[in-house]
Amino acid sequence: MQNAAPTLRLEGVAKSFGPVAALRSGTLVVQPGSIHALVGENGAGKSTLVKIVGGVHRRDAGVVELDGEPVDFTGPAEAKAAGVAVIHQEPASFPDLTVAENIYLGREPLGRFRRIDRRAMRAGARELFRDLGVDLDPDRPAEGLSIADQQIVEIAKAISLDARLLVMDEPTAALSAVEVRRLFAVARGLRDAGRAVVFISHRLDEVADLCDTVTVMRDGEHVSTDPVAGVTADELVRRMVGRAVSDLYPKVPSTPGEVVLRVEGLQSTGTFHDVSFEVRAGEIVGLAGLVGAGRSEIARAVFGVDRYDAGRVAVDGRTLRPGDPTAAIAAGLALVPEDRRLEGLVTESSVARNVSAVSRRRLARLGILLPDAEARLARDWSGRLAVKAGALDAVATTMSGGNQQKVVLAKWLATGPKVLIVDEPTRGIDVGTKAEVHRLLSTLAAEGLAVLMISSELPEVLGMADRVLVVREGRIVAALDRADATPETVMRAATPGASSERGDAA
Amino acid sequence: MRTHARPWWQRALLTREMLTILILVAAWVVASAVVQGFDGPLTITYLVLDVAPVLLIALPMTLIIATGEIDLSVASVVGLSSVTFGLLHQAGFGLWVALPASVLLGAVCGAVNGTLVAYGGLPSLAVTIGSLALYRGLAVGLLGTTAVTDFPESWTDGATENLGESPWPVVTLGLVVLIAVFAVLLHATPFGRNVLDIGRSSEAARFSGVDVKRTLLVLFVLSGAVSALAGVYYTLRYGSARGDNATGMELQVVAAVLLGGVSIFGGRGAIHGVVAGVLLIGVLSSALRLEGVTVNVINIVIGTALVVSVVAPRIAGGLRVRRRPAVGQGS
Amino acid sequence: MTALTALLRRREAGIALALLVVIGVTTAIQPGFLLSSGGWRDLLLTPAILVVLAVGQAVVVITRNVDLSVGSMLGLTAYLAGRLFIDVPDLPIVVVALVAVAAGAVLGLVNGSIVAFARVPALVITLGTLYVYRGVALTWAGSDRIDAGDMPRAFLALGTRQVLGVPVLTIVAAVVLAVVAYYMYTSRGGRQLYAIGSDPDAAELQGLPVRRRLLGAFALNGALAGLAGVMFAARYGTVSSGAGVGLELQVVGAVVVGGVAIFGGSGTVVGAALGAMLLLTINRALPVVGIPDFWQRAVVGALIIGAIALDRVLARRRSHRLAAERDTDQPGGAGPADREEATP
Repeated sequence: MQNAAPTLRLEGVAKSFGPVAALRSGTLVVQPGSIHALVGENGAGKSTLVKIVGGVHRRDAGVVELDGEPVDFTGPAEAKAAGVAVIHQEPASFPDLTVAENIYLGREPLGRFRRIDRRAMRAGARELFRDLGVDLDPDRPAEGLSIADQQIVEIAKAISLDARLLVMDEPTAALSAVEVRRLFAVARGLRDAGRAVVFISHRLDEVADLCDTVTVMRDGEHVSTDPVAGVTADELVRRMVGRAVSDLYPKVPSTPGEVVLRVEGLQSTGTFHDVSFEVRAGEIVGLAGLVGAGRSEIARAVFGVDRYDAGRVAVDGRTLRPGDPTAAIAAGLALVPEDRRLEGLVTESSVARNVSAVSRRRLARLGILLPDAEARLARDWSGRLAVKAGALDAVATTMSGGNQQKVVLAKWLATGPKVLIVDEPTRGIDVGTKAEVHRLLSTLAAEGLAVLMISSELPEVLGMADRVLVVREGRIVAALDRADATPETVMRAATPGASSERGDAA
Repeated sequence: MRTHARPWWQRALLTREMLTILILVAAWVVASAVVQGFDGPLTITYLVLDVAPVLLIALPMTLIIATGEIDLSVASVVGLSSVTFGLLHQAGFGLWVALPASVLLGAVCGAVNGTLVAYGGLPSLAVTIGSLALYRGLAVGLLGTTAVTDFPESWTDGATENLGESPWPVVTLGLVVLIAVFAVLLHATPFGRNVLDIGRSSEAARFSGVDVKRTLLVLFVLSGAVSALAGVYYTLRYGSARGDNATGMELQVVAAVLLGGVSIFGGRGAIHGVVAGVLLIGVLSSALRLEGVTVNVINIVIGTALVVSVVAPRIAGGLRVRRRPAVGQGS
Repeated sequence: MTALTALLRRREAGIALALLVVIGVTTAIQPGFLLSSGGWRDLLLTPAILVVLAVGQAVVVITRNVDLSVGSMLGLTAYLAGRLFIDVPDLPIVVVALVAVAAGAVLGLVNGSIVAFARVPALVITLGTLYVYRGVALTWAGSDRIDAGDMPRAFLALGTRQVLGVPVLTIVAAVVLAVVAYYMYTSRGGRQLYAIGSDPDAAELQGLPVRRRLLGAFALNGALAGLAGVMFAARYGTVSSGAGVGLELQVVGAVVVGGVAIFGGSGTVVGAALGAMLLLTINRALPVVGIPDFWQRAVVGALIIGAIALDRVLARRRSHRLAAERDTDQPGGAGPADREEATP
């Protein structure tokens, strides 16, 4: 089979968004009957590559071939028609349609008079779910599905396409162990039927378990391609990061002071339950867990942008009014949210306006806000954090992810917070800026700031945090000291089905 | 770091608002040259008197559209305030009581809209289509097909008389003050910044501690109160309080605001552009009317201008797709 | 849940019930409202035109758009139909109707193309074409007015004729409703319209033919406005340039009352049709129960606001229920199979 043309061949594929080069030189060769792993850090360009293969983005340069034929998709429909099925990272379901309709949208089985055959559609969905070993009602609306269930629907959709190339972009991030195992069985079945599968994951154990070939990407470029059996996990990590892990996390030692943030019995129906923890001055507390475990939701509730049903949040012993970010900010809370472009920044606004966004009221004199005051604050803070931008009135959309994140940090540091909550602080930013952010967080903690850090990158949590809390299915299931926190202890606590009784369950 | 990427004159001149102002000036020049009787002093007088209600309502509407919402009930509030004003006068209350009472009622109307939109989480388009019918229905219901017309001359004259010998009506002063107030509010206060932030990304604004709900409520209350003020003016200007006063004016207001460069998506807009947009419609209407062109053609012109003002920047911008920016470029 | 309770739980059942209550109460006060031949006829005939318009509008609103120019399209096509009768006297009625429908479709297509290709909000575009189409009608007609005498008697008879006790125009509206409802529920295209309204970005990402579907929705709405124009001419026997002024708000109101979410993705054309019937029946019922018809608009407005508020409450309740279900029904709960998997 190796002699035939590869199912997918990319060479030197490049894509930029404005000034940001998301993909410099993407190269990937996937043989039929193979499961090919694509690994790399966040921001390495994997998702961009996937979106080009799936017809979502058009490449700026380079070659894309399917079975030896050059292709240039102008839209997802063309990619689909050419036999490419993609499971994107963010599930895109239609909340108003039923689960079965979501799976078969646009290619529903038809009966007489081209009438949709709902019975066949339902039966097809049931069969797909049976293969995947999940119990989902095909007739239920997609609205309100958990992230894991949405991901299942995406997977079912992709499998039902019966494509020659199946691309899965971090499909397991939100899945339970059983679901992952079923998914792997399906993927192996496809491989044995001569299809090609591209599998993107952060979990190297999964890569070793499932894949036969692995390609490493870093900073938008191809680094290496090897048989999985020929490389160790450590070697893969070294190639992904481009340097030894220890250099990355400049942990400054600090002695924790008084408790600044105290959370007691926080509960939100359907999202998280009985969440209690505290963060001391000068301490970095990591919140680890799988995607969808409820970490971000906890942070949002603590900060007040989401409501909660029960429990209490206190800063310096004073209870905060629930659901009121203004009160939280006044008490000294700051939140660098998970989704930088949607929640962190007003991307259409300038650097100056973004940096001053929370401090406006303080800057105004007699109710009037002069542009000078705004510019002074923005210049001061963007200088301190070394924000790289053409000018203070440069619009945030034109900036790289790393610089955008610095603007968000500047905005919050300008308020002089006591507690800084950072949710995925280094997602999608380049390695250099990443190190800057880590150094900054470390320094701030050393100066007495209380930091609560949510991160899906295990090395980041382990490298930065003084204590690690592990969240699983909306509950804090383990509290580990820096010394006890290893990839194994954290993952075991975080994965549903693993024995949570063991270890330091909170 | 530099404060601005471009020199001040570029920032001042190369704007969407400047385009509307330029077209306004051009329309004025052409009309003066071509249309007989356009350059007379009466043109200014009638122009100001005619555009005053639209101009007034356009000010809070600018802020509402800048947040990405809309208020279609404004003309109905004009009608309801006109009827209230007339009925209170008929009932023997002095106009100095009727005026603030009408404005207060307008504020209440706005508060109803604002509460439903901000705290009820309902789409403003649907809510204000409903309250458009509701408020107009109340106005027509209260007064039927009759009208109140016996307002004291001192008041009706006040609404139309000029400043001394100049062609400018007295109401110009009030308009200028309100324009200035709204310009400062939108462009030089934390509140105004919040308004634009909400329009650009209400999620990001919320995460920055902006009280999005209260801001929206305040804007709808402002819109109701100013519309009611316009209703009182409208009543005095034509000397008649009727339930169907200013029917359909909401469309003119929205058209003027969008012509003035405010983005229907929210997040972009300036008061000077909107003032130019209102005046542009006013100048075109009065020039065409002087030319003997019927109001129908004027409607075609306004409608086309509205469509072009929204479509043109999209085409000029290379049809950039306005997508969810979060559809990631990372990882 | 049996099929019957599922049916009763639907949003449409609520509107139908409200409609029955209004008819029942009014008939109890004045039996002639329903139980006279004129009352029966009016009950069916009055909403016919609005039902046709509401069906078209519902399709557009389901895609998360709106077409405010319907009143103007109706006016223009009604005048066109009348004009054809005068200028081309021998043209068969069917041909006139088809020309008006085609003209409406073109007008709708103009709206749809601008919205779909320039990607600008339908609200603004159709607000603009509301002015333009009305202006064209006013310019064309001037103060001219087409009277009953200008139109063939057979045509005017359609406006009042009944077949087996059901007015012809009502039959037309019912057929339109049935065909569109069938399409929306059973065809791929219909489901895609729902998908587009549910999440336009995801629809693009899925590679659905978004543009083509939007053009289709707007063209259908225009065509139905054209049909409504013909019905208007037949029903009232007189057409001036002002026909259908302000109708857009009634139409959108009917659609919203009928449970079609203004932000797309949910609701049915049947609901919209019921909403249209409810609005107009209430209008006719008001004078009977002793409320002067001056208050009609206020009632309509209150009804629209009440309907969207109700929908919101129901949606909140549903999402809360779904969240609670998720709590009790966690996927992959720690079953024995999981444990075995987890041991490294």
